[in-house]
Amino acid sequence: MATVTAGEIRAATHEGLPRQQVVAFVIMVGALVAAPFFFYPVFLMKVLCFALFACAFNLLIGYVGLLSFGHAAYFGMGSYVAAHAAKVWGLPTELAILAGTAVAGVLGVVFGWLAIKRQGIYFAMITLALAQMVFFFSLQAPFTGGEDGIQSVPRGHLFGVIDLRSDLAMYFFVLAIFLMGFLFIYRVIHSPFGQVLKAIRENEARATSLGYRPDHYKLTAFVLSATLAGLAGATKAIVFQLASLTDVHWSMSGEVVLMTLVGGLGTVFGPVVGALTIVTMQNYLASFGAWVTVIQGVIFIVCVMAFRRGVIGEIANVLKKPL
Amino acid sequence: MSGFILETEGLTKEFRGFVAVKNVSLKVRRGSTHALIGPNGAGKTTCFNLLTKFLPPSAGRIVYNGRDITREKPSSIARLGLVRSFQISAVFPHLSVLENVRIALQRQRGFSFDFWRAEGVLAEYNDRAAELLEAVGLQEYVAHTAAELPYGRKRALELATTLALDPAMLLLDEPTAGMGHEDVGRIMELIGRVAKDRTVLMVEHNMTVVSTLAHTITVLARGEVLAEGDYATVSKNPDVIQAYMGTANA
Repeated sequence: MATVTAGEIRAATHEGLPRQQVVAFVIMVGALVAAPFFFYPVFLMKVLCFALFACAFNLLIGYVGLLSFGHAAYFGMGSYVAAHAAKVWGLPTELAILAGTAVAGVLGVVFGWLAIKRQGIYFAMITLALAQMVFFFSLQAPFTGGEDGIQSVPRGHLFGVIDLRSDLAMYFFVLAIFLMGFLFIYRVIHSPFGQVLKAIRENEARATSLGYRPDHYKLTAFVLSATLAGLAGATKAIVFQLASLTDVHWSMSGEVVLMTLVGGLGTVFGPVVGALTIVTMQNYLASFGAWVTVIQGVIFIVCVMAFRRGVIGEIANVLKKPL
Repeated sequence: MSGFILETEGLTKEFRGFVAVKNVSLKVRRGSTHALIGPNGAGKTTCFNLLTKFLPPSAGRIVYNGRDITREKPSSIARLGLVRSFQISAVFPHLSVLENVRIALQRQRGFSFDFWRAEGVLAEYNDRAAELLEAVGLQEYVAHTAAELPYGRKRALELATTLALDPAMLLLDEPTAGMGHEDVGRIMELIGRVAKDRTVLMVEHNMTVVSTLAHTITVLARGEVLAEGDYATVSKNPDVIQAYMGTANA
């Protein structure tokens, strides 16, 4: 009987870093390092914050198959807490961001624990309902400033040394956060834990029958995703020196779905491309006013009809390699 | 320990007034191959789902290895060594064939919540996974995606995955359903091989498979046990013939 060779095992386990992903990563980092010298840094920081948000969301839908329709709650809470911590408590910038991230994580534990008890559309509805509760909380709670939000949040000094009022310094700080988040997610989906997540996404009943408890894995993934969404929101609050109701509004939850879909669900680079596409459109088409949403809607429909795998998903399909 | 690895007492499942499984008392002897047969709608699969806790019973008790498992979770059952397969082939379609088996093997690590660790730590299971795949004749397919396999091969992969857990007892839900002739032969040979040192309980329609492999056969009809015994006894039982052929032919 023929035996299995080491080469076949390597092919079967996708051992080592796939070359195309390394190349794509180098291109991405190169472009992001060069970008602030050609484009407006604040615009780029917005792209990076949303890219991290979309990557966090993608961890859940792309690798566990859970559609959360309430990710604005974690993004927005991260944003509010970081803004409050920096402005009212006077915490240093990095600690304010960590505080926002931590609160989003805790919220993720509670909401995730409630939501994963249901599946499919019910899961999505529970996450939406909980996120709406956070929205009304944010509208009413005294510390959020209601309709005004928390304005003129100080950017402060990074580690007490680097003045973040400079857009360029702030940009590279945000880039570092984004890359850490991005690489963290890459590690998660390529860990033993990530393998079980994929198995649960593919066939939950089978994973259960092999002795795994899907709920525990789903909850862990949910909390990781919520925490990273909080990190994105907290960073955004510092960049724009503003936390507002927009961050917790349900349309924010919708936007992150759109970004991930346009870029490619379950791809490593898709959410980044999706965020870039959507944020660019919002910025450069702003002169069209209310038409931006209509144009976004059309793009969404085209995406679903013509290239369902998203930009990166389609490219990966042509290359027959994961991206 | 008693000679029976799995026993049920008065197992009953009701769905809104419809009784799918009625007062079934089943005894599966340790080390034997036991087949559960019966016409469509006899409650075989429901019975299976009850045994593996995918459905909660309305009444009755399930004892596995002397331990009452009536209220256990499906994932705990697997850890006790009672592992099931499914009627429709249950593989992880977008994982490679090797990864499919490795998912089962990596459970030995306990709860793998280590999301900070690289996948490389799983390499220690590669050789064992390859061995299991060779045993079911899938050595040429290790690097394929499970979805690419033909149906019969998927069932073989499912069996390899189940065996990776080294279960004391296997529950096979129609292992040869929807298979071509040659695949049936292969799977039958395979089940025969693994059943040598394990207990197997299977639901099966193919009488060749049942008559060749099973030591004991329980016939279910309308949710109730109709007859039990070896193939020769059961196949001559007039009630069984009537249940399969209908009253007109009796």
